[in-house]
Amino acid sequence: MTPPQRRRRHPVPEPVPAPPPAPEPVEQEEQEEGEKKNPERLYIITGPDGERAPLDLVTLIVARAEPPSSATPEQTAVLRMCGAPLSVAEVSAYLGLPFSVVSVLLTEMLAAELVQARAPIVRQHLPDRSLLEAVMHGLQRL
Amino acid sequence: MDFNGSDTIPGPRAEDHLPQSTTAAAKIVIVGGFGVGKTTMVGSVSEIKPLTTEETMTQAGIGVDDNYGSETKTATTVAMDFGRIRITDEVVLYLFGTPGQERFWFLWEGLFEGALGAVVLVDTRRLEVSFEVMGRLEERGVPFVVAVNTFPDGPRYPLDDLRSALDLAPEIPIVECDARRRASSRDVLMTLMRFLHALALSNGLA
Repeated sequence: MTPPQRRRRHPVPEPVPAPPPAPEPVEQEEQEEGEKKNPERLYIITGPDGERAPLDLVTLIVARAEPPSSATPEQTAVLRMCGAPLSVAEVSAYLGLPFSVVSVLLTEMLAAELVQARAPIVRQHLPDRSLLEAVMHGLQRL
Repeated sequence: MDFNGSDTIPGPRAEDHLPQSTTAAAKIVIVGGFGVGKTTMVGSVSEIKPLTTEETMTQAGIGVDDNYGSETKTATTVAMDFGRIRITDEVVLYLFGTPGQERFWFLWEGLFEGALGAVVLVDTRRLEVSFEVMGRLEERGVPFVVAVNTFPDGPRYPLDDLRSALDLAPEIPIVECDARRRASSRDVLMTLMRFLHALALSNGLA
């Protein structure tokens, strides 16, 4: 019996980043009506400035402060669970909220200096050999 | 100690807390078709009970404009299981089991871009479902190894036959595994790390 056959592919050069799309012309009246009719949960949790910090799934989050009295339930939950470092993915899992929503929530908390972020180790053109060796030693212990 | 309903607060168990000295995390992606054993592999090597992060994909009726103004949007939730291994007091490794279809990957920004590398888990009963994912990894320049999860009822091919069927570059490792067994899954990860290490050495010489 012969297995099905695949054909290898090759790296594609990085695409030139497309210019940001022009904002869609939306009539003011229409937009206001839409907002009133359909408030999104995302909007409620994250406030009006839905900007995202460049948070990775494995950026580690650590609490820097006690929950202030003005904290939302989600912010309080994050501050409680991030007494020890915790990845954004874990925060998302424990809160039961999508990654994108948690990213926005954490971006706001970073701006308010409620939490600190520790950037992940990412693959580079020249990978860090000592890191790879540390990972191999770590796996051998399992 | 906080007695104010602390049992209702979500979060990791005390024994799952990472040390304060943990400064950085790295990630590995385990990718493969539905039912190929990604979750099983994550679970067998993870030191914590696997967790799930999810993302919602909203599909506004593509090419359909007669529903303009109505509230009909279909939201699909895509889940990704992950686990964790503490490497040192400073470094922690996360393993993500992700669906093979590329249309899901953009949901988690940087999932593959920042990963140290990937494990493509294949099932010999449905080898072709892994073709697309391998091609995408090759195009994106993500280093990967292939692990053949052996199912009792799956056809057994010699690894050399699978290597040529998958048209793997000669340096890409292909190994058999039993994703249910921790030692076997760990060996797959070791194979990936050795491969990455060899790549680092050859790049360093260039």
